[in-house]
Amino acid sequence: MSIRIAIAQCAPALGAFRRNVEMHEKWIARARAAGARLVVFPELSLTGYYLKDLAADVACAPDDPQLAPIAEASRDIDISAGFVERSADAKLRIAQGHWSGGKLVHVHRKVYLPTYGIFDDGRYFGPGDRFETYRWAGGTTGVAICEDLWHVSTPYLYAAAGATIVLAPSASPGRGVAEGGDLGTAESCRLMDRFYASYLTVYVVYVNRVGNEDGVAFWGGSEIVAPDGTVAARAPEFDEDLLIGEIDPELVARERARNPLLRDEREDIVLRNIAGRLGLPFDRRD
Amino acid sequence: MTNALARAGVIRPDPKDPSPLRIDEVLVRKMLVLFIREETAKARLRRAVVGVSGGVDSAVTAALAAEALGPENVLGLFTPYRISSPDSRAHAQEVSRKFGFTLEEVPITEQVDAYLKTRKEKVDKVRIGNKMARERKSIEYDRSWPDGIVLGTSNKTELLLGYGTQFGDMACGINPVGDLYKTQLRELALSIGIPEAIVRKAPTAELWEGQTDEGELGFTYADADLVLYHMVDRRLRPSELIEHDFDADLVNRIREMVRRNHYKRVMPLIAKLSLRTVGHDFLYPRDWEAD
Repeated sequence: MSIRIAIAQCAPALGAFRRNVEMHEKWIARARAAGARLVVFPELSLTGYYLKDLAADVACAPDDPQLAPIAEASRDIDISAGFVERSADAKLRIAQGHWSGGKLVHVHRKVYLPTYGIFDDGRYFGPGDRFETYRWAGGTTGVAICEDLWHVSTPYLYAAAGATIVLAPSASPGRGVAEGGDLGTAESCRLMDRFYASYLTVYVVYVNRVGNEDGVAFWGGSEIVAPDGTVAARAPEFDEDLLIGEIDPELVARERARNPLLRDEREDIVLRNIAGRLGLPFDRRD
Repeated sequence: MTNALARAGVIRPDPKDPSPLRIDEVLVRKMLVLFIREETAKARLRRAVVGVSGGVDSAVTAALAAEALGPENVLGLFTPYRISSPDSRAHAQEVSRKFGFTLEEVPITEQVDAYLKTRKEKVDKVRIGNKMARERKSIEYDRSWPDGIVLGTSNKTELLLGYGTQFGDMACGINPVGDLYKTQLRELALSIGIPEAIVRKAPTAELWEGQTDEGELGFTYADADLVLYHMVDRRLRPSELIEHDFDADLVNRIREMVRRNHYKRVMPLIAKLSLRTVGHDFLYPRDWEAD
């Protein structure tokens, strides 16, 4: 039984929370009408990306009434959307929430905050400190927000913990317009999606936004890559799109039977190696 | 994959190989049209004003604006001084006809000369050139009111070299072509249908008679662009370029121009006094949208 999901490749307004909530409600309605069980929005979809000092202005607690319309809309379709989370002790983090059955059921906080080149996340946000999987109707899932996915250990840890789906909400600026190929960023991202999907035998759901912020264009190109390395669905570049695709748990099972890399993975060696290098205690218990 | 690898790091700096500068014109055109359309809308404006000189940079800018906003929402301004060549006018008119936007001619001779007559000292030709550039820009800004945005036409080569007049030709609301080297901009120009005569002619700011950019700079755009590409885009040090047979004088001269003129590329410095200061730690995005 495959599960239908939708990707909302949208263009959030920068710093306009209420407008973005209304925008989400429209995309959610379209995804629902298309029969999707889940609709995934890009990184910081409720606030916009290059927030700078606006980050504090648009931040909210996960139970803030401003997010109630999203929770309400999740009664008959799961919703994964991005916001700035203000923690109880007033730290700001880039968060991706998963709402289901009218409730927030999981929050991932971006761990790797790019602070170089055109990125300045580390100036405005604090990092998350964990990669936790969670379960929903589609299967065990981990969330990697944009830069999180570029760190090989992130999808590795999720796959090791049993994930069959990696959701990768992003705000990826398009750059690299050299002749004779695709947009430079697009090539890198597609290589990454396909590599992780094939070698960790997971679904990679890459959700990028479109639109311009302060002269930077987000390039879209969202895609669902299946564990056999095929592109199950791909959205156009630079244009808004509701991308519909299927997640097939049977395909995960078939690929893992054919190619049992994860079954044979030696996490103990990984752990002993790292623990040894960092001088941390490590006791193997068998 | 070969292309991705080539871009990822195996490009060897070679003064005889201009191919690293080649761009995907279809992709660039799409990105720039979306840029103009969105950033104009976010500024709550609907028209664009472009100073159309008859040269290739402003021709490309005006053509992209016409595609993004519709030609009826683009105003081209041809602002000749008495030394401006008839070719420039003909080329500006040709671009306006081809891309369908209105071109208005607003001469600047009277006001520039009126000002110059009041000066007792000898006025250097650079000052006259700067005055002309700022006069033109003041007209563009005037004609942008109340619902237009002034589009910049300074390319990446000019911006990096600082080869332009601050608050003159460099001034604008948004600049669609500022990340394209002159060589790349010519390539884009040909692909979007700018007439060859405009693309191939010697670039000039026409600030005095007989002036050409390359004559004044003392090097060609083709040479400068390749040096800048490796220096800026690929982050190579001048010494590394010289090791790879780039001309040492050229490399050092370009590097020094980039350094010396950096002030033209940034906002004016504001003296920090209070707890929160514009430009220092009051850092909001320009595309700050209303809720």
